[in-house]
Amino acid sequence: MNNLIKQKDILGFGALAVIIIVLPLFVESKYYFIVLNVIGLNTIVVVGLNLLIGFAGQISLGHAAFYGLGSYFSGILTVNYGFPLWPAMVVGMMATGAVAYLIGYPSLKLRGHYLVMATLGFGIIINILMGELEQFTGGHDGLMGIPPLAIGGWVFDNDLKNFYLIWSFVFLCMVAARNLLNSRVGRALRAISGSEVAANSLGVNTADYKVKIFVLSAMFASISGSLYAHYITFISPSSYDFHYSIQVVTMVIVGGMGSLWGSLLGAGVLTCISEALHIAKQYHIIAYGVFLCLVLVFLPEGVLMGITNFLVKNKDKAANYKNGLT
Amino acid sequence: MDFSQQIAQYIVTGLTIGAIYAIVAMGFNIIHNATGIVNFAQCEFISLGGMFMYSLVVLFKVNPMISFFISMAGVAIIGALIEIGPIRHARSKEIIVLIFLTIGLSEVLRGTAQEVWGTDNVGVPAFSGENPIHLLGGGTIVPQHIWVFAITVLVMLMLHYFFKKTLMGKAMRATSVNRRAAALVGISVNRIILFSFAFSGALGAVAGIIIAPISTTSYDTGIMLGLKGFAAAILGGYGNFAGAILGGVILGLLESLGAGLISSQYKDAIAFFVLLLVLFLKPAGIMGYGEAERV
Repeated sequence: MNNLIKQKDILGFGALAVIIIVLPLFVESKYYFIVLNVIGLNTIVVVGLNLLIGFAGQISLGHAAFYGLGSYFSGILTVNYGFPLWPAMVVGMMATGAVAYLIGYPSLKLRGHYLVMATLGFGIIINILMGELEQFTGGHDGLMGIPPLAIGGWVFDNDLKNFYLIWSFVFLCMVAARNLLNSRVGRALRAISGSEVAANSLGVNTADYKVKIFVLSAMFASISGSLYAHYITFISPSSYDFHYSIQVVTMVIVGGMGSLWGSLLGAGVLTCISEALHIAKQYHIIAYGVFLCLVLVFLPEGVLMGITNFLVKNKDKAANYKNGLT
Repeated sequence: MDFSQQIAQYIVTGLTIGAIYAIVAMGFNIIHNATGIVNFAQCEFISLGGMFMYSLVVLFKVNPMISFFISMAGVAIIGALIEIGPIRHARSKEIIVLIFLTIGLSEVLRGTAQEVWGTDNVGVPAFSGENPIHLLGGGTIVPQHIWVFAITVLVMLMLHYFFKKTLMGKAMRATSVNRRAAALVGISVNRIILFSFAFSGALGAVAGIIIAPISTTSYDTGIMLGLKGFAAAILGGYGNFAGAILGGVILGLLESLGAGLISSQYKDAIAFFVLLLVLFLKPAGIMGYGEAERV
């Protein structure tokens, strides 16, 4: 069985790699590249957040803040202090991880949903600081002129190059998440999401694992935030408000809590919906809300698993019918 | 205006906004006690209360007193519908799914409100004029502040009576202590949950209605008020009614004094900073029973 899952994964990741390499050949307009890149950036955040929601069973309403910390660390360090690009990104990731630890450690030691409250408060505070600490962040007008990333002399200065950069990171993050889930840590996490008491009694330090997975998921968001800052080259507080936290949570749920490929699907579908509604921006909130409610009420396991289960059940029914069982 | 007058003014403002937080915190507590979830749609109950009041009083010229009760009933019905519809029919009853569901519902309500009323901030006339009343210390108070205090105190007294003396109130308290035991003695838990949603809808609406003449209202005023009310509930001890009042008042005072004496830029951050401090230092809240359970 285990072998089978791994084979399926190799197939899946192989297909993903091929699609990433080939897709740009069919994309002509700059606009579609931007959409694809935003999907990639969201996917990184969603994969990380899904580790937390799907496996640790905890809610974060502050992932916009971690995403924002990545962006602002990269932006401020490179623009204001002339930091080299990649180290700034690593510093941002480490600092975001440390902050997440400070938030996560006290709240995850408690039974119940304290993390949702802590991350909610933290997210709003960070968003306010982005607007008010003008001398560092540029205030509400934002921070401009963030340099694009570069490897050696090769600068990621157009949408195509950024497509390959961002989607390489998506690929790496998904492989990392899959490896993590197939390791000892992953088994412990699955045990926790199955039954926390049982996991505890078998010697799994549940609180410890939850904190670690929360820190990791914040770091994923930070990486994505840094990539965003260097890609768009301009950041402002409005990109990192409470609404973004809810958007990524919606993507996790639509894709399916605890489903890695679902994360990709959720990020893809909802980013496209956002874009399609760009002209009618006022329907944006309703669309997300309706989507979130419908999936939660009817397909709490997510669209991907929900449809699969539905098909499998029908297939079973059909098979049973053939065998004269029903 | 000298310093002591200024302080008096901040305290009046702080107590007013604190009263609002207390009512909102009550709404969060009632649903938490019945179901164990955090109801994020509480924020929208506040906005809807304010906007219903605005529509009735300003657009349709209905008597403010009548508008007050119609708005309250309207939002209570919306609260009930939320429970009868999505919450009750959700295929998964896991807490995490239901919390997410209230977030989704909140988005739907807010989006719809934006469609109906647009995004402008609108004013609602004060219940009894705008002429400030001079206080003994030399400070002034606008009549609407007195209305806010009076209505809040009245609401609290009624809640106290309801939970201590009426059968329904006792049944609700029993359910919050132990759902299964409550069901065993014949309490219809479903009805309690339905009632809780309608009840906190009405409470949210009251908060939104009485603050509207002071701070104007819009389709999304409820978000900040609601989330701060939530912070007040945590500060007082989540699920604890006396705690909600205390938490609301402390938070309101801290916010008003902090904004006045330290920096108004970070006014909105104060409540959430307090929330984080409480979670880290005493997660059970001021009035919470014992320690929150550590694992």
